[in-house]
Amino acid sequence: MKVLENLYYTENHEWVRVEESKAYVGISDYAQHSLGEIVFVELPEEDDELNAGDVLGVVESVKAASDLFVPISGTVLEVNEHLEDQPELLNEDPYQNFIAVIEISDESELDELMNSKTYTEFCDE
Amino acid sequence: MNHKYIPHTEQDIKKMLDTIGVSSIDDLFREVPSEIKLKRDYNFTNSLSELEVTKRLQDLASKNKSSDDLTCFIGAGAYDHYIPSVIHHITNRSEFYTAYTPYQPEVAQGTLQYIFEYQTMISNLTGMDVSNASMYDGATSTAEAMMMAVAKRRKNKVLVSKTIHPNTLSVLKTYAKYQGVEIKMIETKDGITSRDDLEDKIDNTIAGVIVQNPNFYGRIEDVESYVDLIHEHKSLLIMNVNPISLPVLKTPGEIGADIVCGDAQPLGIPLSFGGPYIGFLATTNSLMRKMPGRICGETTDIEGKRAFVLTLQAREQHIRREKANSNICSNQSLNALAVTVYLSTLGNQGTREVALQNIKKSHYAFKKISALNGFEAVYDGPFFNEFVIKSDYDYNTIKNTLYEKGIISGLHLGDYDNSLKNHILFCVTEKRTAKEIDHLVDVLGGLAHA
Repeated sequence: MKVLENLYYTENHEWVRVEESKAYVGISDYAQHSLGEIVFVELPEEDDELNAGDVLGVVESVKAASDLFVPISGTVLEVNEHLEDQPELLNEDPYQNFIAVIEISDESELDELMNSKTYTEFCDE
Repeated sequence: MNHKYIPHTEQDIKKMLDTIGVSSIDDLFREVPSEIKLKRDYNFTNSLSELEVTKRLQDLASKNKSSDDLTCFIGAGAYDHYIPSVIHHITNRSEFYTAYTPYQPEVAQGTLQYIFEYQTMISNLTGMDVSNASMYDGATSTAEAMMMAVAKRRKNKVLVSKTIHPNTLSVLKTYAKYQGVEIKMIETKDGITSRDDLEDKIDNTIAGVIVQNPNFYGRIEDVESYVDLIHEHKSLLIMNVNPISLPVLKTPGEIGADIVCGDAQPLGIPLSFGGPYIGFLATTNSLMRKMPGRICGETTDIEGKRAFVLTLQAREQHIRREKANSNICSNQSLNALAVTVYLSTLGNQGTREVALQNIKKSHYAFKKISALNGFEAVYDGPFFNEFVIKSDYDYNTIKNTLYEKGIISGLHLGDYDNSLKNHILFCVTEKRTAKEIDHLVDVLGGLAHA
């Protein structure tokens, strides 16, 4: 299972990559592994204003349909529309394929998230 | 109390009561308030032979007058259309008639195939990308369409035009109440949706706008003139339509509707004293995953032969469960078959002919009735097969006079809206002949001399 350094992680297996005031959000390698073959991704809409913990979208695999939660409050700047036609990209490379980009409204919320080391331990439990 | 027609002996009854541990039958009904219990004997005087019972029940049943006995000019959501006899013969075949909703889909290829055909025809008729396998009725499909918009837009407010059928509205309100959805009404102007009021009320908090076309007053709404306004506010347009009008009107797909719903009763389902009917629901590809119920898909089996499967249904019913947008996991299958046979029997040309006849005959009746003394047209403008007439005469007088002449009058709108006293919504379908329409006009015209 791949865990990248320099990313933040959540207990729901989302990752966050911060670039200036933007947060790229995706699902971890652990998540795509447990879900299996991903067949559909429901994305949020641009300009949606979300609070940390709100539903960002849905990832549906042949086994299950799981809600994605937004790890950090803010406005949706961009969504990865490639996933609508090619949901399997999340299986192929979950870290290269973000789901949405959020304009961070409160940076202090990042402190609530796990780093790669804590997340690796969390997944091992 | 003496129960003449209950076959159990005193001993039987005692044994049953002893087994469950109560002392008398009255104890079983102790929870029922005494004021609503029947405190006298049943009103059966003599015992009758089987032949006499049959005769008596037939006599009672024949007191019900249906559209087969009378000439029907009422519509308002349930329409007296011609049903080709082939439909009855096919739907009554035991392999269709007795089959239950396919929970083991792959064994019911015949059922799945007609559902697939049904979906294809509904998609063609509405001009939408996808249709589900059908729903309970038109009001249900409208309420489910509302919930789709709420789920898609993640907003809990919807606008509903006041020109929608009041019964559909009450179902919408029931759903809304228990799902935390707020319904705001759009005012009516001259029997159609007020564009000004829509402009005032629409903003970015509205998940969807629900409009019925042709609307409750029979009028054709100019939905096209405000579809952009709805989409500019990232709201979804939900159109409740009469499917039999679609072959001659611009399809909801062409207009730009996001969800199309309505009752498919006009497409080969008998009036049957009010049901069972069948709701249809169609939408765009981008909303497909929010659609309730099930979709039947086409595939190939391991030998490469054409085969049918239930697709999206699994997600809602088995995987999403508590998160599912809807708890509906079945469809109105036998009626979907009737609709499929109806549409395939008539074909494009036939359905268009039916729609045109509805327009021609209703407009003929409209002109004649509105020219009578004591009757006047309420609205000016395009309508499909229903129109509103205001009368100087009391509605009950009109209704009773018509009934005596073997005619079912139109719907009294005063029953729904106090300001519309003696306003009657007449419906004329392709089944009505010129002679029948002229008879209606004669009887109405004769009221002046009554």
